[in-house]
Amino acid sequence: MSPSPRKHSEGVKKLRAIQRQFATGIMRPLTADHQMQPKWVDGKSARKAVAAFIKPNDRLSSFDRLEIYNKQYWFRLIDCLYEDFPGLRTVMGERRFYDLSVAYLTKYPSNTYALRDLGNRLEKFLAREPQWMEPHPKLARDLLRLEWAHVVAFDGEALPPLEIDALLDGGDPARLRLGFQPYITFLACDYPVDNFIISVRRREEPQGEASNAVAERAPRKTQKKLKLPKPEKIYLAVHRSENSVWYKRLEPEAYLICTGLQKGLPLQTACERAFRRRKADADFGVTLQNWFAQWASFGWFCRAE
Amino acid sequence: MPANRFNNFTHYGIGIGLRVPHYQHILSRKPTVDWFEIISENFMVDAGRPLQVLDQILEQYRVVQHGVAMYLGSTDGLNREHMKKLKRLVKRTNTPWLSDHLCWGSVDGRYTHDLLPLPYTFAAAAHVAQRIREVRDYLEVPILVENVSSYAEFHASEMSEWEFLSEVVEKADAGILLDVNNIYVSSQNHNFNPYDYLNNIPHHRVGQMHIAGHSKFEKYILDTHDHPVLDPVWKMYAHATKLTGATATLLEWDDRIPSFDEVHREALKAGKFCKDLLHEPVTA
Repeated sequence: MSPSPRKHSEGVKKLRAIQRQFATGIMRPLTADHQMQPKWVDGKSARKAVAAFIKPNDRLSSFDRLEIYNKQYWFRLIDCLYEDFPGLRTVMGERRFYDLSVAYLTKYPSNTYALRDLGNRLEKFLAREPQWMEPHPKLARDLLRLEWAHVVAFDGEALPPLEIDALLDGGDPARLRLGFQPYITFLACDYPVDNFIISVRRREEPQGEASNAVAERAPRKTQKKLKLPKPEKIYLAVHRSENSVWYKRLEPEAYLICTGLQKGLPLQTACERAFRRRKADADFGVTLQNWFAQWASFGWFCRAE
Repeated sequence: MPANRFNNFTHYGIGIGLRVPHYQHILSRKPTVDWFEIISENFMVDAGRPLQVLDQILEQYRVVQHGVAMYLGSTDGLNREHMKKLKRLVKRTNTPWLSDHLCWGSVDGRYTHDLLPLPYTFAAAAHVAQRIREVRDYLEVPILVENVSSYAEFHASEMSEWEFLSEVVEKADAGILLDVNNIYVSSQNHNFNPYDYLNNIPHHRVGQMHIAGHSKFEKYILDTHDHPVLDPVWKMYAHATKLTGATATLLEWDDRIPSFDEVHREALKAGKFCKDLLHEPVTA
């Protein structure tokens, strides 16, 4: 027989209360030696708090049993950030990246079912707490943006691409607006992070993937340090071609045009920004045509929203 | 002949989990495999390589979807965005059934990305059953719920895990994805006889089985999916097969993944077990 609606609602409330207690326990950071914190959120004994809702068995206390989940939570999520941000991790060092991950996930716990989106607020977090990026703030910021752009380019939405002829046919350049594929990110970087990331990724080994399995492991071992890049202004388009992610270097004027178009400027206005920088270049018109032909061949353009 | 009404796919045989390290081998060598199980969430993306690979696999193989993030036991509302993307994928794969876990994993909009155990209460069973019905109505595909391995039990529980599973599937009129390894892991962690579990669930609802390896620690066992299937699990699998009839079975291997051929060989053992044991009487 089904319970009355009131009884059902009370039952669900109790279930929710248990789930909140459980989540509170497992989402709290581990101690420095990767154990569950001995004190509960109210400052009282965690052993006592956990014993109130979890049974012990003949080998493990209630605290020990919840601790298994507490460890799995952190190892699983930090593993995921380790895989998505190998460049940032390399620059920061393993230990500091671990601490950053804990601070970030404590401030911004995952708000989506997709582990792919776990790092989607890391840039926001680091903008508010830039001290994490010391002593290489610009390099760390460049890497963070490039690595997130990589995630977006890997499986981001693709819209029907526009051909070059369709782009320009009959359109008034003073009014024509072009959109870019949602999976493309344009970046202005202070360091040549594209080459650096490629070196980092080459030495990374593939890991396991999402499933209901758990892993009993502490954070990974330290790897030999890579030489950090020297400052150099570069402009990048992080895009996808034939389902592989590419980092394409752009000239500064090309970057200006692309970001101008992306912001919604009409084609003519976006190009004029670039022309102002290359007044002395008589062949710039041809260069411009070649750029557009190439970008269209990559399928970058789509209808502006 | 199907073994039961929730098992219309007896002929599916033995499947293997589709995993990234094996993509190249599968696409280039096209090995003979009855079917592949995919983790739905890995393919619930807008575009890119995951979907390209999936489409290539679909040209050659049957695919069954298995989810890890529906969180049927969560008390938050169902995530509509998740459901929409899942439905889109169901249409793409034409999966004959869809499975996810009898667990929860999010509360107050915060996601743990884990398969957390539920207190075995009548209220929780009614809540989960209601959500399964909602999901099935929306996705328009049969739903199987999988028992999870667990490391904690609640004071609030009012019944055993197998009674809870039975209560849920009966109330929801759903099928069971029976994870034999998870039963073994939980039985060791919670001191119960795994054969009591196998003997006391509604066998006619078992539509699929999972087998996998686990890791033993001093005081508990972890469901790591990083080893071959161990003997006690094979014995339980044989017993379960006698109770349910031949059932579509998947070998899970998710960490420290060996070569495709090694995984395939291990999976095929399940087929041999079925053949050898189905004609023997049920014991234990």
